[in-house]
Amino acid sequence: MPVSLSRRGLLGVGLLGGALLVGVRLPLRPARAAAAGPFTPNAFIRIDPQGAITFIMPDTEFGQGIYTSAGMLIAEELEVGLDQVAFEAAPPDTGQYHTALKAYVSPLLGEQATGGSTSIRGDWQRLRQAGAQVRTMLVAAAAQQWGVDPAACRAERAVVIGPDDKRAPYGTFAAAAAAQPVPDKLPLKPSSAFKLIGHSQPRVDTPAKVDGSLVFGIDVRVPGMKVGTVLACPVIGGRLRSVDEAAAKRVPGVRDVVRLDDAVAVIGDHFWAAKQGLAALDPQWDEGKHARLQTADIIGAQEKASQRDPEVIAKDEGDAPAAIKAAAKTVSAAYQLPFLSHAPMEPVNATLHVRPDGADLWVGTQVPARARDTVAKVTGLRPETVQVHNHLMGGAFGRRLDVDFITQAAAIAKQVPYPVKIVWTREEDIQHDLLRPYYYDRLSAGLDAQGRITGWTHHGTGASVMARWQPKGMQKDGKLDPDTIEGATETPYAIPAMRVGFTRVEPPGITTAWWRGVGATHNVFMVESFMDELAFAAGKDPIAFRRDMIGDNARARAVLDLVAEKSGWGRKLPKGVGQGVSLQLSFGSFLAHVLEVEVTPRGEVRLRRAVVAVDCGTVVQPDGVVAQIEGGLIFGLSAALYNEITVQDGRVQQSNFNNYRVLRIDEAPRIEVHMIRNDEGPGGIGETGTVAAAPALVNAIHAATGKRLRRLPIGTQLVGA
Amino acid sequence: MLTLSINGTSHQLDVPDDMPLLWVLRDVIGLTGTKFGCGIAQCGACTVHLDGQAVRSCVLPAALAQGREVKTIEAMAQDPVGRKVQRAWLDVEVVQCGYCQSGQIMSATALLTATPKPSDDDIDAAMAGNICRCGTYVRIRDAIKRAGEA
Amino acid sequence: MRRLRPVLLGALCALVGIAFADTGRAQSPTGAPGQTVVQRGEYLARAADCAACHTPPNGQEFTGGYKFSLPFGTIYGPNITPDKATGIGDYTDDEFVSALQRGVGRGGKHLYPAMPYTNYTLMSREDVLAIKAYLFSLTPVHAESPPNDLSFPYNQRWGMVFWNLLNNPDHRFRPDTAKSPAWNRGAYLAEALGHCQACHTPRNFLYGLESGRAYGGAVVQDWLAYNITSDKESGVGAWSDDDLAAYLSTGHAPNHGPASGPMAEAVDHSLRHLAQSDIRALVTYLRDVKPVRTETPPPRPVRADALGERVFREACVSCHLLDGGGRQTPYAALQGAHSVRDPNGTNLLQILVRGGAIATGGPTAFMPAFGGAYGSEELAAVANWTIGHFGQRGGAVTRKDVEAVPPPGPASAARATPGG
Ligand code: FES
Ligand code: FES
Repeated sequence: MPVSLSRRGLLGVGLLGGALLVGVRLPLRPARAAAAGPFTPNAFIRIDPQGAITFIMPDTEFGQGIYTSAGMLIAEELEVGLDQVAFEAAPPDTGQYHTALKAYVSPLLGEQATGGSTSIRGDWQRLRQAGAQVRTMLVAAAAQQWGVDPAACRAERAVVIGPDDKRAPYGTFAAAAAAQPVPDKLPLKPSSAFKLIGHSQPRVDTPAKVDGSLVFGIDVRVPGMKVGTVLACPVIGGRLRSVDEAAAKRVPGVRDVVRLDDAVAVIGDHFWAAKQGLAALDPQWDEGKHARLQTADIIGAQEKASQRDPEVIAKDEGDAPAAIKAAAKTVSAAYQLPFLSHAPMEPVNATLHVRPDGADLWVGTQVPARARDTVAKVTGLRPETVQVHNHLMGGAFGRRLDVDFITQAAAIAKQVPYPVKIVWTREEDIQHDLLRPYYYDRLSAGLDAQGRITGWTHHGTGASVMARWQPKGMQKDGKLDPDTIEGATETPYAIPAMRVGFTRVEPPGITTAWWRGVGATHNVFMVESFMDELAFAAGKDPIAFRRDMIGDNARARAVLDLVAEKSGWGRKLPKGVGQGVSLQLSFGSFLAHVLEVEVTPRGEVRLRRAVVAVDCGTVVQPDGVVAQIEGGLIFGLSAALYNEITVQDGRVQQSNFNNYRVLRIDEAPRIEVHMIRNDEGPGGIGETGTVAAAPALVNAIHAATGKRLRRLPIGTQLVGA
Repeated sequence: MLTLSINGTSHQLDVPDDMPLLWVLRDVIGLTGTKFGCGIAQCGACTVHLDGQAVRSCVLPAALAQGREVKTIEAMAQDPVGRKVQRAWLDVEVVQCGYCQSGQIMSATALLTATPKPSDDDIDAAMAGNICRCGTYVRIRDAIKRAGEA
Repeated sequence: MRRLRPVLLGALCALVGIAFADTGRAQSPTGAPGQTVVQRGEYLARAADCAACHTPPNGQEFTGGYKFSLPFGTIYGPNITPDKATGIGDYTDDEFVSALQRGVGRGGKHLYPAMPYTNYTLMSREDVLAIKAYLFSLTPVHAESPPNDLSFPYNQRWGMVFWNLLNNPDHRFRPDTAKSPAWNRGAYLAEALGHCQACHTPRNFLYGLESGRAYGGAVVQDWLAYNITSDKESGVGAWSDDDLAAYLSTGHAPNHGPASGPMAEAVDHSLRHLAQSDIRALVTYLRDVKPVRTETPPPRPVRADALGERVFREACVSCHLLDGGGRQTPYAALQGAHSVRDPNGTNLLQILVRGGAIATGGPTAFMPAFGGAYGSEELAAVANWTIGHFGQRGGAVTRKDVEAVPPPGPASAARATPGG
């Protein structure tokens, strides 16, 4: 198997603490590079004189396999094997303090962040360029040393090979290569020459995950460290009034009780002491203005808003209202999607050591620069004195695009002189998560006499995540959050007249956040549910109906045809069994999904088989694509069947996996993924499976039972119905 | 004072009797391969072996582990079945984020030790208590079968 | 609706393992040599489970505010710290004795029989005053209880005069000299202090106890208090002495399952703090209670239920094991548990939907609530599967039964999750 993710490297901060292991801030140390230090011509590759090669990963790893697939992009051009490389996480990079570091900013997201299935698309050019650049310099240095023409040399598995089979490993030339001019805009390999890209490679992060040695953020142990846990006011927005500190301190092993405005932390020798201390605290709260908040009120406000005209029109082509009015048949429907928690397997945590002259932060974050900056802000330290040790994450799903928990941990850590690891209980993780917004959408369409769509209107309502998270991403004078209409304005279909609008309704008290699948999970559910309803209204087969509306979109047509074939679409099924389809164009990838379900007489939904056809353009890591679609589907099906966050009297009702239920192995369907390979630019994949889950599920339930469910989760809606 | 035998090593521990084994492993001894996921025996991330049986260490009072042999993920490379399971896990590329996988491997190893050729139904019964948020179930099933054949 | 907790005692500060020397006065557990009146009062208060009803949820002990939802309205357990304005600071000895023995409080105010004075009436004046001495040793806390909210005619306290005539004998415990000292000690503990009958004896329409069926079992606020008479089939006649003693003092006995609901609280707050000699005395007494045969519903065939088994495998098996043997703790053993032998699953549903916990002195054993996330169809199925599989009888639980159980409140990080 490949070289492990260097257990003593950035991941394995382990027992030693961070200081000597950080060492990733290459561009800050040009002096070292100039001396006989490592060769670091760009931000992604380091080769030391002994020949050790390290890739510095701009993207964070939380299970999607990005270290492997992004590593493949570099390795392909650098001519090394993944088994010859160690991996490190990039340091924080805003460009704000060290312009030299701009390299780690995502070209698609505009900041250092991993999300939105953008990594491969953002890395496709720059990482291959980086690999080619370093290879070219090494080869040039070798050629110079050997006194031969660089064109007569080539590279293979970290060795430069010259005429007469002259060979020397990369390390030999590291110092000399540093003196070479840095080439730019190098020609890259044609796809026919790919040795790694397109061929499944063993994942580089998994050996340490199967033997338990991988150090996730929650596993960090620093000398002198204590462990704390937190309780925030159970009512959203409430404040801490008082605690029985003495009672907590009587618990053996409890060291400190730290009060924050809206929360209290107990710190002890181990988590158990902290947890027991928390239970003894008897905190009293000022519940504040949301003490009467109920989910029903939030939904009510959105329902009202959905009946008015949209606040902002995102797309207006043709005269959709007129086309609908003139149509032979009109169909309208309203759909609802619930608030959702992320519930990644690793509960939220952060470890900090705040000192007068600087701080260390050990954490798993999708946004390292934001993480550093919030620590700087809370502690008053200069950002460059805050060291971020970014760890692989036990799932994220968007949760770790926010730094609320790091901000909180910093506020606690600055009050104590020792390093402290703050670990949330699962209850805290779910009850104080930032939530996927609630959506309440209305769609209308007209059908002509042949059963084709003549006009389409779609009015969505819900919160805007972008407005909070990255206001500069808002469009139309700050009125339109592009995420809220993703998948609504651009569909795989050719619809002659279309109007899409959105009304932003911010729920009181609740903070909304990115959740796997982002805007597309919202709108593809709406669009594909409605397409199914239209197919039935038109008296057509759902796939035939979609095919009719695809127009000349060949890639969409191809995945739809493939999924129909592979799933045995249209074959006779037993009573209570149905197939549902969904088609999407999201994150630059085309995906069609057929799900087969059985609905028992008692209203239980059993997932039988999922068949997916996907065209994500150039495939980098084929097995990774399959794995992401499998996992994404399960994640989405889990949510569609069971998950919602509800609020009663300002309190989140769900708290742990007993009441925020997760799909289990005995409920998982068989999953088949069929790929269409081509040379189109690579599309995103991490979220596509999640997007495809819910619409195919409700469509399959409809096929099985004749019941159209327009609200998620499915929950008990089919019971006794 | 508790005396616990963990992965063949005896540990003298000054911890409260009711402290769950999970926290003794993670925060006192420093064996962090065993994970915390829920604390209420619903997710299986904290699964370890107690005399060869898969138990949820988050709800197992450390005192009840006295006089019995505790094995964690860190010892699976030395366990003949555990080694096969780990190998199959890599061959099938089960793992995504990996956070649940220590527990999955511990449950799978206990299953395969007791039932070397498990049926789908055996797998469901033994593994339904282990949650994977990344959704690696399809491959877990494959890997268990493969390990059973190895 | 909060359940009536007549038998419960809030946790007092640790006072474990007091060994009571038998002074020969069988009717009253008196203090060990050198024990002060206050210490004796504390033990008695624990045995009488005062704190349970006089402590607000998550609040300070004895400061009142605990809410009882009764069929005819809501009442609150008052503050019984020695605060003069809001507590019992002005009570004289006679007034305190009158409250406990006759249900008549200071100023002639009649108490409602949620306060088990029809049991406390059996206590000796000496013991009552020991309890008072203990309560008066506490720090006075100013805490006003919310006003009671009862419908007419139940809001007319004078009506209690008649109720008392019917239901309160107002006499002290008289030892039965034909019985052993242990029997008499047990009787005093069960009847006067522990007021076991308050739950385990069915009540008539006037809320009085049906004395003819004493300890024959009753449904109290949605929980089934089992038949604990010596009847071998429907009671606990077939249990060994050791099992009974273990159950009372730890809330669990091998092959009998764990205590849950109000009984778990009774063990937690009261019974587990009693001296072993007192536990044994209780066993002696219960052994001698007249057997009452209670109707068991006609047997129904056990039916296979794939849904029930599936839910059990997903959500339950990690603790209970497929064979019901219990995994991490013996409290998770289901074999032989009363709750899985009740075809109606009365208690099983409570614990399934709402969860529960039992402090055992050592680690807290607990079960998370599954109401809300699992559907009523699924919970009914898993209840019936459990009853069939472990109780070997056909379960009769329906979706409607599940829906009749109020949903659990949210569990927060500080509560309900002893493990994490
Ligand atoms: S942490 Fe123990 S089962 Fe989830
Ligand atoms: S691999 Fe991420 S939770 Fe299972």
